[in-house]
Amino acid sequence: MKRDSRFKERQEGVETVQMTLDGDIMTAQIGDSVAAAILAYSANPSRHTAMGSPRAAYCMMGVCFDCLVEVDGRPNVQGCMTLVREGMVLRRQNGLRPISGVQADD
Amino acid sequence: MTVLDGEDGDYRASQGNFGLVWLQGKGADYAPYANLSYKAVQQWSHFASSLQEISGLDVALDQSGGFEFFTDDAEFDEFQGLLNAQHRHLDGRVDHDVLSGHELRKLHPEIGPKVVGATFCGLDGHVNPLRFLHSLQTAVTNLGGKILSEMTVSDVEAVLGGGFSMSTITGTTINAERVVLCAGLGSSKLAPQLGFKTIVRAQRGELLITEKIGDRLPFLSSTIRQVDEGGIQIGGTKADVGLDNSETLEVMCGLAKHAVSVLPMLADVRVIRAWGALRVLSPDGYPVYTQSAEKPGAYLVTCHSGVTLAPLHTKGLVDWIENASGAPDLEAFDEARFSI
Amino acid sequence: MTDADLIIIGAGPAGMAAAISASEAGAKVILLDEQQSAGGQIYRNVGSNHDGRSFLGEEYFEGLKLVEALSRSNVKCEFGTTVWRIEDDLRVVWSRDGVSNISSARHVLLATGAQERPAPFPGWELPGVMTAGAAQILMKSSRLLAKDAVLAGSGPLLYLVAVQLIKAGTPPIAIVETQTMKNAFKASRYLPRAMLASKMLAKGMELLRYIRKSGVSRYTSAKDFQAVQNDDGQLTFSFRTRKRVHQLVTPLVLSHQGVVSSTHISRSLGLAHEWNLSQQAFLPIVDKWGRTKNSRIHIAGDGAGIGGARAAIASGRIAVLDMLFQLGKLSDDQRNQSSTADRALLRQSLAIRPFLDALYYPPKEILAPSGETLVCRCEEIGASTIRQTLNQSGLGPRQIKSSTRSGMGPCQGRMCELPIQGILSSCGKKHLLPKVRTPIKPISLGELASLAERPSTKS
Ligand SMILES: Cc1cc2nc3c(=O)[nH]c(=O)nc-3n(C[C@H](O)[C@H](O)[C@H](O)COP(=O)(O)OP(=O)(O)OC[C@H]3O[C@@H](n4cnc5c(N)ncnc54)[C@H](O)[C@@H]3O)c2cc1C
Ligand SMILES: Cc1cc2nc3c(=O)[nH]c(=O)nc-3n(C[C@H](O)[C@H](O)[C@H](O)COP(=O)(O)OP(=O)(O)OC[C@H]3O[C@@H](n4cnc5c(N)ncnc54)[C@H](O)[C@@H]3O)c2cc1C
Ligand code: FES
Repeated sequence: MKRDSRFKERQEGVETVQMTLDGDIMTAQIGDSVAAAILAYSANPSRHTAMGSPRAAYCMMGVCFDCLVEVDGRPNVQGCMTLVREGMVLRRQNGLRPISGVQADD
Repeated sequence: MTVLDGEDGDYRASQGNFGLVWLQGKGADYAPYANLSYKAVQQWSHFASSLQEISGLDVALDQSGGFEFFTDDAEFDEFQGLLNAQHRHLDGRVDHDVLSGHELRKLHPEIGPKVVGATFCGLDGHVNPLRFLHSLQTAVTNLGGKILSEMTVSDVEAVLGGGFSMSTITGTTINAERVVLCAGLGSSKLAPQLGFKTIVRAQRGELLITEKIGDRLPFLSSTIRQVDEGGIQIGGTKADVGLDNSETLEVMCGLAKHAVSVLPMLADVRVIRAWGALRVLSPDGYPVYTQSAEKPGAYLVTCHSGVTLAPLHTKGLVDWIENASGAPDLEAFDEARFSI
Repeated sequence: MTDADLIIIGAGPAGMAAAISASEAGAKVILLDEQQSAGGQIYRNVGSNHDGRSFLGEEYFEGLKLVEALSRSNVKCEFGTTVWRIEDDLRVVWSRDGVSNISSARHVLLATGAQERPAPFPGWELPGVMTAGAAQILMKSSRLLAKDAVLAGSGPLLYLVAVQLIKAGTPPIAIVETQTMKNAFKASRYLPRAMLASKMLAKGMELLRYIRKSGVSRYTSAKDFQAVQNDDGQLTFSFRTRKRVHQLVTPLVLSHQGVVSSTHISRSLGLAHEWNLSQQAFLPIVDKWGRTKNSRIHIAGDGAGIGGARAAIASGRIAVLDMLFQLGKLSDDQRNQSSTADRALLRQSLAIRPFLDALYYPPKEILAPSGETLVCRCEEIGASTIRQTLNQSGLGPRQIKSSTRSGMGPCQGRMCELPIQGILSSCGKKHLLPKVRTPIKPISLGELASLAERPSTKS
């Protein structure tokens, strides 16, 4: 069940991008970090740890690594350090990442 | 029985190692070492379960065989020679497989094209090295032994009438009837005081550890392994740089390159940390089990591959110290071999 | 040949001020920052916030001057760039968009600032518990305002965020403060010295007055923080004051216990550090020019000890003078004379620190957590496990790390190191500096492997 965001969004005429989070369409504002966009979208956890406990972004400045999320097939990306882009495919991470994400360019 | 241990920041091979329980190639040019290693890997599974019984900790032994991978034909050939020598030393009791790159990729299609071949030994395995250290410490305590930390011994001397007196850097004195010197790189300083000739030296190995992975790696190798918690450890380098355990950029990159050429699918896995750790090597690299001729009651025990050999450092070693009947014959590892 | 005279890491007030003055003096400067634009923590994103976010306050917009001066300068800025290793010979290794690169310089300035002090209490890992700084970042870089939040902890930033939220039209439902009368008493002896920074004191008083006027409820001497997740995703935040136990239901608990220097880079370089009692953190040892034991590496700003933005600016420029001196562009006298004004600014800005450090000294239960409070968020290890291991082994941080795995996750100890130091010290142990290894932030194997071919990788 999707819970309403813990945050209020100030309405301003800024450009938005469309992305998906676990297949659901999600709008974000240009300049947002992925973690901010997820916080704006819902109050749900953005990942579950290896032991199954729910987590969401904590520090927003690249320190805590609790905002890890799968971005365009690439697991364990720091959401707070990554800017949103049109068409981004996001997935919440549950447990440890699988071995094969996207292969890095050589 | 009391264990005197050093400081938190001491060089400790046991805190930085690769966790292999490994036979392949060991003792190719020293038959006693081949046989010692063989005995140890045979005893590991029994050792792991009794350790778990005593400490309550599972060291995650997985001994289902391991590979050595080669990206260089000459090195591949040379290593096969070593394996054949080892095979002879062990009177043919242990077999190994040699696979061409093609055969290997039929078995494990995920292996990269740069791998020209591999060898495999079914007795090889690995444990979780840090949990292993922790479980040894717990076992000592649970069995009624004492571990005293921050007790770096600076001087040790034989006392008239028998026994030894040790003083620590903070001025504490401890007396004991017998003393076993097994202080890793710290042994060199104390060895002469007990009449030993063995001077150990440091050899740096560098390693990488990655983020934890949910899937299991399909195999174990001597340079790429997955710890039971999920992280992938990459290692196997050697450098003689004295007491310097830094990690270096060049080696870090080289290890990463090795990992992705063996398993290209690892390219996207993140390295969390690199580190260097110092191996404790005797002059010929083989273990030293020796009694002091000058100071009876003093023993020196030091080895590389202390994880692999650990099952032998239990009752067998005690019997040897006690000179009990049925004690293992460790003559070949006496330090007398260095005086020749 | 090096790529620059000076590489600066961090484009906060310290790094920006240093970059501008070095470049004005004719030095070739590269400025690297992992954020997407200049500003650092205090002035984050100020260059693009011309949209009337006046609720952020005048002090925030003061940062525009620096950001604009930087963009007019000849400094080569590389944003979105994370430095993950520095070689002793000053090759700086950095990563951007999954590709690593190496730049070299004759001097390096670390201006990597601070992070909020990890503030563990039962439930601090739950979604909905964040830092006050995080909520501020969401105001500065996004358009998100914390709704009906509880601000919990202590320190000037807690009040600043409260005021920013009130002005933005989303006041917190309560401010729960841990400082006690005892703190106030201890701090009072530093008040005369703090008067040197009377402007800053006045600003602080004004924040408090504003909060009082707004009617937001304040609790002081609060302790025993706990957050519990309700079925609807809200949190029940409970705490104790002298009188009784309180419970507040809120979507967001924003916690804060001051800021501590970021030392991962300086520690990975093997530079000397020492434990600072009043800041309860390790600080790099630098001389009055910010110079470390490697004379070509300087540290300025909050990364060398917490002093705030004005001190950061002054110390950044002072460090540059020493580098210019080493590069032969200034004589000893010129270096000393040119530093007078900034030294005065530095002295004045730092005058208030002892007062603030004593007044907002973190409570024991946060510094040295116990029970089931999570200490290592990455590896999910509780305080009781840490304490048990310490009892058993009697050794220090390294033993605890290797026995429990605390500090081995992706954050590399940034969240658990200080609470573990607190536990060690509460058990009578010395403060031993935990070693930092590289990469200081995770880098993919493929990215690392592709560096192997570069000539500049070789030592
Ligand atoms: C990079 C690397 C990889 C390795 N990989 C493997 C592997 O895969 N498989 C394997 O079997 N082996 C491996 N090893 C080897 C293995 O780690 C060692 O053989 C083993 O840990 C040695 O244990 P030790 O107790 O002799 O020495 P250490 O672990 O070094 O311990 C020495 C102890 O002595 C204490 N001490 C020192 N001086 C004093 C003093 N004066 N007074 C009191 N106490 C003192 C120290 O505090 C320390 O606790 C590896 C080693 C390294 C470095
Ligand atoms: C979250 C937070 C919010 C704060 N808000 C305020 C405020 O509103 N008002 C106030 O007075 N004070 C605030 N502070 C205090 C702040 O530390 C100082 O006021 C001031 O910003 C310090 O300046 P600085 O230049 O030393 O460092 P910072 O401003 O912290 O700048 C350091 C810069 O270094 C970069 N960096 C760090 N590590 C790396 C790396 N490895 N690679 C590349 N770049 C790196 C960071 O991205 C950052 O931009 C805040 C602190 C924090 C942690
Ligand atoms: S929220 Fe802490 S690292 Fe992203």
